[in-house]
Amino acid sequence: MSVGTATTAAYIVAALLFIRALAGLSHHESANAGNYFGIAGMGVALVATIVLAAHDQISGVGVALLIVMMVVGAAIGLYRARVVEMTGMPELIALFHSFVGLAAVLVGWNGFLTVERKPFGAEALLLKGYSEFSVHHAEVFIGVFIGAVTFTGSIIAFLKLSARINSKPLVLPGKNWLNVGALVLFFVLTGWFVADQHAYLLIIVTVLALLLGLHLVASIGGGDMPVVVSMLNSYSGWAAAASGFLLNNDALIITGALVGSSGAYLSYIMCQAMNRSFISVIAGGFGIEAPSEDQKDYGEHHEINAEGAAELLKSASSVIITPGYGMAVAQAQHAVAELTRRLRERGVEVRFGIHPVAGRLPGHMNVLLAEAKVPYDIVLEMDEINDDFADTDVVLVIGANDTVNPAAAEDPGSPIAGMPVLHVWEAKNVIVFKRSMASGYAGVQNPLFFRDNAAMLFGDAKERVEDILKAL
Amino acid sequence: MKIGVLKEARAGETRVAATPTTVGQLLKLGYELVVEPGAGEASSFTDEAYVEAGAQVGDPYGADIVFGVNAASSEQLDHLHKGTTLVSLLAPMFDEALVEDLAKRPITALAMDAVPRISRAQSLDVLSSMANIAGYRAVIEAAHEFGRFFTGQVTAAGKVPPAKILVAGVGVAGLAAIGAAGSLGAIVYATDPRPEVADQVKSLGGEYLSVESAEAEVSATGYAKEMSDDYNTRAAALYAKLCEDVDIIITTALIPGRPAPTLITKAMVASMKAGSVIVDMAAANGGNVEGTVKGEKTVTANGVTILGYTDLAGRLPTQASQLYSTNLVNLMKLMTPEKDGELVLDFDDVVQRSITVVRDGELTWPPPPVQVSAPPAAAPAEAAEPKPVKEPMSAQKRYGMVGLAFLLLFVVVAFAPSMLQTNLIVLALAIVVGYYVIGNVHHALHTPLMSVTNAISGIIVVGGILQVGHGTGVTIVSAAAILLASINIFGGFAVTRRMLSMFTRS
Repeated sequence: MSVGTATTAAYIVAALLFIRALAGLSHHESANAGNYFGIAGMGVALVATIVLAAHDQISGVGVALLIVMMVVGAAIGLYRARVVEMTGMPELIALFHSFVGLAAVLVGWNGFLTVERKPFGAEALLLKGYSEFSVHHAEVFIGVFIGAVTFTGSIIAFLKLSARINSKPLVLPGKNWLNVGALVLFFVLTGWFVADQHAYLLIIVTVLALLLGLHLVASIGGGDMPVVVSMLNSYSGWAAAASGFLLNNDALIITGALVGSSGAYLSYIMCQAMNRSFISVIAGGFGIEAPSEDQKDYGEHHEINAEGAAELLKSASSVIITPGYGMAVAQAQHAVAELTRRLRERGVEVRFGIHPVAGRLPGHMNVLLAEAKVPYDIVLEMDEINDDFADTDVVLVIGANDTVNPAAAEDPGSPIAGMPVLHVWEAKNVIVFKRSMASGYAGVQNPLFFRDNAAMLFGDAKERVEDILKAL
Repeated sequence: MKIGVLKEARAGETRVAATPTTVGQLLKLGYELVVEPGAGEASSFTDEAYVEAGAQVGDPYGADIVFGVNAASSEQLDHLHKGTTLVSLLAPMFDEALVEDLAKRPITALAMDAVPRISRAQSLDVLSSMANIAGYRAVIEAAHEFGRFFTGQVTAAGKVPPAKILVAGVGVAGLAAIGAAGSLGAIVYATDPRPEVADQVKSLGGEYLSVESAEAEVSATGYAKEMSDDYNTRAAALYAKLCEDVDIIITTALIPGRPAPTLITKAMVASMKAGSVIVDMAAANGGNVEGTVKGEKTVTANGVTILGYTDLAGRLPTQASQLYSTNLVNLMKLMTPEKDGELVLDFDDVVQRSITVVRDGELTWPPPPVQVSAPPAAAPAEAAEPKPVKEPMSAQKRYGMVGLAFLLLFVVVAFAPSMLQTNLIVLALAIVVGYYVIGNVHHALHTPLMSVTNAISGIIVVGGILQVGHGTGVTIVSAAAILLASINIFGGFAVTRRMLSMFTRS
């Protein structure tokens, strides 16, 4: 057993642990164990790599630098993880993706600096021995490209999610051709680089990829952000896998491909839930038309105050709460949880109906409700609860809009036609918590607000829920 | 003013126009109450209970206002003083003789069964409250005659099929019957010419069967109207089919001012299974079923029991009295605006106008019609063109694409150097594993799953570590990569742990 074989063995163990981690995360019962499997796998992989690096005679300074960097990185990561608000989770994850992307770019550049720039160095000679020298050129190029797309894409997603930039889709003239053109250019440059390894080619492709990532995500609307975050997750996996090819490291390839394919599949599941085309979303808003201006007259909406809402809730025997992004924005989950507790103490049946794409991240609402200690067996998903609305006395729509829009089910001309929605309008009473009559992310007016059994409760969701608590 | 409560003269009437509870409410409006001795006996309200509530027990005819359930007999009417206001069910639309008789007397007569069907008047709509009780009772009567369970069961002694019930006519009574039968576990079908009741039927757990006809009906008065011959032929076909299948039929079809329509013919009854039960709630108005005897239970030659009871509401006397007398209280609230015990009859109010048959000896019947349901909106805008649906790929094309992909992969791998080949094998397998391993992820775990994969993709730190020490420039870049990836790894796992620790079960 040499250090080399031991490392390979360790990588296989680590890869299996990662698979076990992902499998564990698929079910509530095993989720915690899954996380620990992931940590264990990462520990094994790190130790093996450090041992291998030390074995390859890196200097003491190198090892020290490595340790220092890891400690600093760990400190920052742990700190961010501890202080992040659960509502800020989507931004944080998007930001983390960008780190992976940037790291992949750096690894790719390093590969270039260590091999291509030193055509007679030890590594280059080794590769030439396996007749892999030209393959390495392509790998550098591809790794940098994917990494850079992930990097800027994630940064844009982060900025959009944290509302630092407008979440409206950017529509450049001929945007689909821009994307296609960038890809074609990438292939041409790859061929050129394999033939002739100039540093400026690598610089060009880096800039090209950075711009492509920027444009891809900028042209996707905020409503599709959950899918984008999941898609970037997948990209970051592919970036890691590309680095694995570059370094001929199986641990990186396996792990990267795992993350890449599971992320892509997750995005696909989410696209189905939203009735969106998977291809259009990953190709940067391909085929999305600007929503037509809606001139339809929907009639008058009714208003209700917190006391009125409390009265309704008092006399109700069953209540369903359908939260949306508005609840996250207003940080209303604790107030909502308190309301749930109080109503349950009164013997009212309270349940939550969660639309698969409620919020800006898959499972966003579940995380918030879990944070507020809402028991998860009363939190049901759309398909489980949709038939029960007709027998429900009161539905509280808290900061949700497009996910409860009857137009999706009833108006074939609507831009969101065919998207599965929560059938809240079938309930006896619907109270909609909303800041104003503005339309939701899809830019579509919601006829629910004008129904006879619906009443609007305007204002900040958290304050209004607290008002109801007072009135109860 | 004084209100007198009559003991009902009609034989078999069990209801009473005031209960001890409503006595209290009427006292609050400023009235005095006189209850005829024994008036509430049949509804289980004793004279003592009335006295306790604050009423006197004595002669009600001296009062200014007289409450009854049924139309007073002419003997009772003779006892009334000049200027008395009589409030009861009068059926002025059917009983012309009574209306004529009332018009000859110097009294005011208000018919509780003439309340218009507008939202505001719902609280005094006696017909609805009685129909609700009658519908419930009809199911109970049917259950009493029916020889089987309503609900299906699987027992050690064999399987019991659920009873199938048809409710014809979905008014208040029909809906009450649907609800009661459904809660006993029966399978309930319902028919009605008005398609808008389908949702109401569904909401009570019944299944609405529509008669296939172009003739959709929205009645302006809130009641059903007579239908065309074409409709009736189609309806008859539907009923004929249903009769062979169902165990119990409850008919409630009434058309105001006309005899009840015949829905179930003799032939249909003959086609029913022995032991089946029909409750004809329209028996008082001629019946919906051929062979119904008003007020009687009959059994046909093929063993079908037909109940023609006309006193279904009265068979729940306490409940019926309570609801009826509450309707009266609501009328008094409407007519006593000052709450001072003084009755004011306001002819500008459509409700009060509609129920007044005679005012101070002057005939005011029939009242002007009241528009109840809003007319349906003009033809709805043409439905927007549905978006063209993308044609799914044909199987051939799909297999072709898959085959092409495999061929391409084969070529790439075949020409790759051996080291790359191994890497590609690993890549391909890992992709497949990644796809299957999260195949049935619980939706609530999407976010933790994503953050854990995010942490795992920090494995790229391995790349950075391996590159440290290959020259100063490279080392610096590697250090940056390690830093970034470490943030990711530690942050990702920590966030996942934090999230997972929040999932609790109550």
